[in-house]
Amino acid sequence: MQHFSQSADTLLRFALAAIVLAFGLAVVLLLAWPFTTHATSQGRVVAQPVQFSHAHHVGGLGLDCRYCHDTVQRSRFAGLPPTHTCMTCHSQVWTQAEMLAPVRRSLAENRPLAWKRVHALPDYVFFDHSLHVANGVGCSTCHGAVQTMQQVSQAAPLTMAWCLDCHRNPARWLREEDRVFDMQWTPPPDQAERGRRLLAHYGIRAEHLTDCSRCHR
Amino acid sequence: MSAGPEEALLPRGTSYGALVGLVADPLMRRRAGRPWRIAFAVSGMLTLLLAGCTAWLFLRGIGILGNNTAVVWGFPIANYVWWIGIGNAGTFISAALLLTRQPWRAAINRFAEAMTLFAVGIAGLFPILHLGRPHYALWLTPYPNTQGLWPQWRSALVWDFAAIVSYLTFSLMFFYLGLIPDLATLRDRAQSRAGQVIYGVLALGWRGSARHWHLHDTLYRTLAAMALPLVVSVHSVAAMDFSASLMPGWQETIFPPYFVVGALFSGFGMVVVLAALIRWGLGLQAIITPRHFAVMGKVLLAGSLGMALCYGTEWLSAWQAEDRAEREHLRALFTGPYAPLYFAMLGCNLLVPQLLWSGRLRGSIPAVVGVAVVLNIGMWLERVLIIWNTLSHGYLPSMHGVFSPTLWDWLILAGSLGFFAFLMLGFARLLPAVAMHDMGKLLRRQRSGA
Repeated sequence: MQHFSQSADTLLRFALAAIVLAFGLAVVLLLAWPFTTHATSQGRVVAQPVQFSHAHHVGGLGLDCRYCHDTVQRSRFAGLPPTHTCMTCHSQVWTQAEMLAPVRRSLAENRPLAWKRVHALPDYVFFDHSLHVANGVGCSTCHGAVQTMQQVSQAAPLTMAWCLDCHRNPARWLREEDRVFDMQWTPPPDQAERGRRLLAHYGIRAEHLTDCSRCHR
Repeated sequence: MSAGPEEALLPRGTSYGALVGLVADPLMRRRAGRPWRIAFAVSGMLTLLLAGCTAWLFLRGIGILGNNTAVVWGFPIANYVWWIGIGNAGTFISAALLLTRQPWRAAINRFAEAMTLFAVGIAGLFPILHLGRPHYALWLTPYPNTQGLWPQWRSALVWDFAAIVSYLTFSLMFFYLGLIPDLATLRDRAQSRAGQVIYGVLALGWRGSARHWHLHDTLYRTLAAMALPLVVSVHSVAAMDFSASLMPGWQETIFPPYFVVGALFSGFGMVVVLAALIRWGLGLQAIITPRHFAVMGKVLLAGSLGMALCYGTEWLSAWQAEDRAEREHLRALFTGPYAPLYFAMLGCNLLVPQLLWSGRLRGSIPAVVGVAVVLNIGMWLERVLIIWNTLSHGYLPSMHGVFSPTLWDWLILAGSLGFFAFLMLGFARLLPAVAMHDMGKLLRRQRSGA
């Protein structure tokens, strides 16, 4: 007795191929997902309590990073400015600007502005700003061209592979001390030679930069 | 075992049709009996128990188990090694006995392969169960990830993962390939439309043409030849989980062969138990004969002697090593907190199987099954003691500690046994427990030889 129609064989082959394809596609999607910006939040813009423009203050007026992020050289945390820092200028200029109303309210009520973190690392990662800045890793290497951003967005994927990319071969990104806060810095043509020299200069033992305990404590 | 052995393995004057009927009728023509229903219900409840315990374990963490800072592996890894040992025999029977043309293989290889699949699958659960963060088990696989990391290739656990996965994948393929002609037989004998379609789809259009058989034989024998290294590798690698360490009692070169022998030993023991149950449950007395049990009894005896050699080597090398930690370990085996269990294990694995020297006892199915049950308990004790003894007194006296299992340890063990029974019972009602086409070949050989 014939249980199946004539097309059954073709159907079965097609179904098997479809199952294999669907499974393969699912695996590829699952593997690819963590690399996408949906998972890494790269390029994400966070709404802040004040529409502060880095493009205007850094790119236009030429403020130094450390004017506001003043603990970057001595602390794990780069620091966010207290309202008084804003008021060094804004008690004199744009005193009635609508955009600055939250700043004035903060001063009046003596309640700090609740700035939102843009570059968030997981809790199990120990990251120290002062250490990086003191050893020739510049702001723009991780944070990108902040001086052009109206609103700050996450410049790098901040994945472990991204961290390791530098930790495995840091010489490509090291700068001289006086260039660390230079937002225009790009690797000069002789970076390979400079990088080697700077590794010795800062006393960086690159072979230990990928020890687990370097970042996970 | 070669001169006219088919005689005793098949009923006198039987035909292929009668053989097929014997195997297939319990599936297609007869309803499941009361013992099967009761066993299925009980094992189903134990399966639910396993699921419940696993859920609770994942929710509460491994603190509910007896694992402590000294004996970090405890029950889960002992159960893992025990189950994967049981899973070892199926492929050995399928492949090694096929290539050496042992006629008694035909009646037992199918359910032994099913046993392998289920046992290895269950074994694979335990390493995940003992993880503090089980959802990271996938980190054992090398896959492109955003951490920019590979698994630690120097870790035996990564080798072990690869060994289990390849063994399981291979066993599944081999099992299915052997099933195809029998699935076609079931398709042709099925009375319901559903049976015809389901078995028919699974049979992949098998028509039993000469060309089909030729291709099937070629592929089956090729796979069997590939299976042999796997039989040895999977348990050798499981042994390296221990022997690649630096712990006294573990870091011994005897470990890989020791584990392979132990695996064949306990695996064959489980095959004997299942053979008796399937023979009784499906009424296969005519094709699973006392001769089968007598032959497997000999294998068990050989296994027991192999185990004796391994234990002796272990003791001798510990004694001769002039290493304080090794000698302490040896002393602890016989006088430590687990010494009664150790003596029980030696009794189960070495003494009791010696009964099988007697031809009369080998001819008695209850006797062979009894020995098989005892030695499987002995092998479980061995797996547990390998872990407890070494980890309970390592190099640091301040870290010495005794393992005491909790209720959850026992429930998970019972659940895994129930899950195994559940799968085997399902298998016995859905697929032919004996390879019908292999029995047919045996019959043809018998006729042409006679």
